[in-house]
Amino acid sequence: MSTPVLDVRGLAYAYPDGHQALYGVDLHVHRGERVALLGPNGAGKTTLVLHLNGILAAGAGSVSVSGLPVTKGNLQEIRRRVGIVFQDPDDQLFMGTVRQDVAFGPANLGIKGAELERRVLVALDLVGMADFVDRPPHHLSFGQRRRVAVATVLVMEPEILVLDEPSSNLDPASRRELADILRSLDVTVLMVTHDLPYALELCPRSVVLSDGVVVGDGPTYDVLTDDELMRAHRLELPFGFDPRSVG
Amino acid sequence: MGSGHGHKLHFHGHSRVHRFPAHLKVLLLLAFMLVVVATPRDLYAAFGGYLLVLLAVIAASRVPPTYLLKRMVVEVPFVFFAVLLPFVATGPRTEVFGLSVSEHGLLAGIALLIKATLGVLAGLTLAATTEPQDLLIGLERLRLPQQLVQIMAFMVRYLDVVTGEMQRMKIARESRGFTARNPAHWPVLAKSAGALFIRSYERGERVHLAMLSRGYTGRMPG
Repeated sequence: MSTPVLDVRGLAYAYPDGHQALYGVDLHVHRGERVALLGPNGAGKTTLVLHLNGILAAGAGSVSVSGLPVTKGNLQEIRRRVGIVFQDPDDQLFMGTVRQDVAFGPANLGIKGAELERRVLVALDLVGMADFVDRPPHHLSFGQRRRVAVATVLVMEPEILVLDEPSSNLDPASRRELADILRSLDVTVLMVTHDLPYALELCPRSVVLSDGVVVGDGPTYDVLTDDELMRAHRLELPFGFDPRSVG
Repeated sequence: MGSGHGHKLHFHGHSRVHRFPAHLKVLLLLAFMLVVVATPRDLYAAFGGYLLVLLAVIAASRVPPTYLLKRMVVEVPFVFFAVLLPFVATGPRTEVFGLSVSEHGLLAGIALLIKATLGVLAGLTLAATTEPQDLLIGLERLRLPQQLVQIMAFMVRYLDVVTGEMQRMKIARESRGFTARNPAHWPVLAKSAGALFIRSYERGERVHLAMLSRGYTGRMPG
């Protein structure tokens, strides 16, 4: 098989206060896959995500992105390859206008002038926000801000898009619009979520992280219908939702 | 969750005053303030002249005078101090409305009031006619150090977020039957301020993480 886009091997990490969050995580994601990362609160999902672009440095084990190991010397290129969309768009959008915000990442990579402008507009077009390019981000609706946050990462032409709780706080229409956008993108996706119907809708494959280890990895349908696995790791389907009747 | 449109001090418009380059407006404001402060306090005619100039600018900007008047409440602490001066200052006394006040203090108080009012009005006029974003660009053009401009930009950006958070905390307090009415309630307000500070600090950390994730290396691209 080809080099995986994301290759996490035996990743372990303990926070400086001694709290061990990850105990040897193995995860491979291949080009074009859309993978959901499921798990209860405190399972280590966010800790894992922060390793993917080198914000946190592995205590043991390794992370590689398309063959390039995450090390201090590679950080700039790693952060181009791994685009993380954080949960709260207000954390991600901090410039005066949508244009400046989307341009922030590529400008850090040294892209300038007409090429920068072109990429900003292409990225905003992908999320349907090109008309808002000169607006201050804090004047947009929450759903629009989340879409702009996705654009701020797409503009770097990442190899993998990592989304932390993409559907949280969205109204059903915005949630569906974001799903349409994610489906339309030609990019590998790793999506951290508690929204199990959303995982089933968007991601053919799911990985379950619990207490710092991967305890399940397979087709999302199989994971969600494995009652024993679900119960053992505090995963619950929302009331009235049955994957068997959908998939 | 939604934040209102526009900043509270800015009055949207397209007048000549609005379109005037921001960095020149800042310079003019600075010059105006220096002249006002440097004018001897008994030259009342000069202050009248300044006020006329200012009123002409406000008229040209088409910002409604009531809009500015309402925002002049920021001057209240100065007014308080100015009113206090005649009573606490020493020297020859004089009678005003049957009250014995210090002559020296009275003149100082009037001068303080006049200068503060002119300054506040001029400052509000700048704020009302200049988008915060343009103001920052103007300051940058005036060669204010990058770091200072960036700090101000972050302040402008997160002002709404933090005031929104503060508002929600207040509503949550009131929903549990708490309204601050007297100083005995201040400890609760102090704890809320502390919580707000910590939340803002943590948000700062998260913003920094998000910036690092997009390749930030400690310098703004520009």
